[in-house]
Amino acid sequence: MEKIIMGKPIEVNEEGYMTNFSQWNKEIGEELAKEAHIPLSSRHWQVINYIQDEYKKEVPLSIRKIGKSGVVDIKEFYSLFPNAPLKTATKIAGIPKPASCI
Amino acid sequence: MKRLVILGAGTAGTMMANHLSHELDKEECEIDIIDEREEHYYQPGYLFLPFDIYEPEDIVKSIREFIPKGVRLLNDKIEKVDAEKNLVLMENGDRLHYDILIIATGAKIAPEEVEGMKGDEWHRSVFDFYTFEGALTLRNKLREWEGGKLVVHITEMPIKCPVAPLEFSFLADSYFKNKKMRDKVEITYVTPLSGAFTKPKATAALDHLLQEKNIKVETDFAIAEVDNENKKIIDYGGKEIEFDLLVTVPTNKGDELMERSGLGDELNYVPTNKATLQSQKYQNIFVIGDASNIPASKAGSVAHFEAEILTENILRYIKGEPLKEEFDGHANCFVETGNGKALLIDFNYTHEPVEGEFPFPGVGPLRLLKESRMNHMGKLAFRWIYWNVLLKGTHIPFVSATMQESGKHF
Ligand SMILES: Cc1cc2nc3c(=O)[nH]c(=O)nc-3n(C[C@H](O)[C@H](O)[C@H](O)COP(=O)(O)OP(=O)(O)OC[C@H]3O[C@@H](n4cnc5c(N)ncnc54)[C@H](O)[C@@H]3O)c2cc1C
Repeated sequence: MEKIIMGKPIEVNEEGYMTNFSQWNKEIGEELAKEAHIPLSSRHWQVINYIQDEYKKEVPLSIRKIGKSGVVDIKEFYSLFPNAPLKTATKIAGIPKPASCI
Repeated sequence: MKRLVILGAGTAGTMMANHLSHELDKEECEIDIIDEREEHYYQPGYLFLPFDIYEPEDIVKSIREFIPKGVRLLNDKIEKVDAEKNLVLMENGDRLHYDILIIATGAKIAPEEVEGMKGDEWHRSVFDFYTFEGALTLRNKLREWEGGKLVVHITEMPIKCPVAPLEFSFLADSYFKNKKMRDKVEITYVTPLSGAFTKPKATAALDHLLQEKNIKVETDFAIAEVDNENKKIIDYGGKEIEFDLLVTVPTNKGDELMERSGLGDELNYVPTNKATLQSQKYQNIFVIGDASNIPASKAGSVAHFEAEILTENILRYIKGEPLKEEFDGHANCFVETGNGKALLIDFNYTHEPVEGEFPFPGVGPLRLLKESRMNHMGKLAFRWIYWNVLLKGTHIPFVSATMQESGKHF
């Protein structure tokens, strides 16, 4: 599936998660954040960068792990990305929805 | 003489002991298996015990009964594995050298991970059904409970048998209907996921059932705390849900022995190659069942499929041949839906559960993703199959270790 973001066709799945991380850039991240109604602060970016690094290292992500990362605790993670923080944060970060849920 | 040591004599360890005792030459390789318990628990039975469908004696047997002759069973707690020195250290001080190690120590609940979960109300109005003790005390509670708000809750993923909490909700609905008190009970199903199940197609089928049975669903609930005094659960986002009876599935973790040995991830699961079942760190260590971190369901059926492939890989490893990269995450679960019916789902790493027939394409007799009485009979028969076929490592006719695609409507 494709979706036009910033005038460019971007590959996404049915749930709107990007399926090709190489297409991601900061501007696209900003757009995705707008769709999720989240104004991005530098704290948000720190978290997004952290989860992207983990993704590149092929480390599976979970709320628990992020809470223990030292980057952000679970409470703050929820205040930055309300309701379903891991799903929202990964969507903005341009990486697949974490498969920690089987 | 080589020594192969199996840690844990639960579902997976027992199956491996049986498989390998057939395959390995006793003159060349000795097999030891270690477990701290003397009883083998049929965990799928924990779902039925609270509702007086099974009795304790249906689900507990002696471990020894299922360990084949020629395999040495040691009854002690495993303290630590020293993987650099190929040693298993036991609580009683014994040390055991191994050439090959199979880790099959499973997963267990860790209610202490959530603030207040193991508080004053634990096993009073807050219960688990993932342990024998939890399921039994819950049975006693349900026998005399007069109704109110029943909350069925999952703390976080992954958990063993991820459909079990849903099945619990369905069975609770039937149970209270039979007791003519369904109108006195409000059932709410609370999950950290965005839907009833982890796979979209199965979620659609299950959502329908939840509605039909008048079970409310709360999704995306990440629990921060159990408030014992006011009897409610509170999530990180501030959402609150009141309960009179909370049936929770606490965080599941691998055994702490992994932490002590430096072999586990943050949940004490052992990083494992998902196709070969070899440990990612040590070539002579293999992992099977709930103890591994592979992205497959933590289920007895998965362990059964893994055991066939792992047996082959252990033989190859001994001969110095390349390992078979064959495990595809195949899982096959009956989902009890109450009123004497069940669904059957069959899936793997890449394919989510779909409709179709099982095990014979076009024929069945079991129907995938559709409620039927035949499936329910299948679920009950599973207990017999478990004790008499699965643990012994016998191949189940017509059901292959890797998933079959014909007969399925992808
Ligand atoms: C409520 C419930 C319902 C379920 N329903 C189903 C179902 O319908 N179908 C299905 O396929 N699966 C089901 N399962 C899952 C299934 O029971 C497990 O996936 C399966 O038992 C895993 O086998 P295992 O050998 O990995 O772990 P286990 O069977 O748990 O065995 C682990 C063993 O290791 C031992 N051990 C651990 N640590 C140590 C130590 N330090 N020292 C010594 N011994 C140790 C333990 O005593 C235990 O005997 C269900 C599970 C639950 C809880």
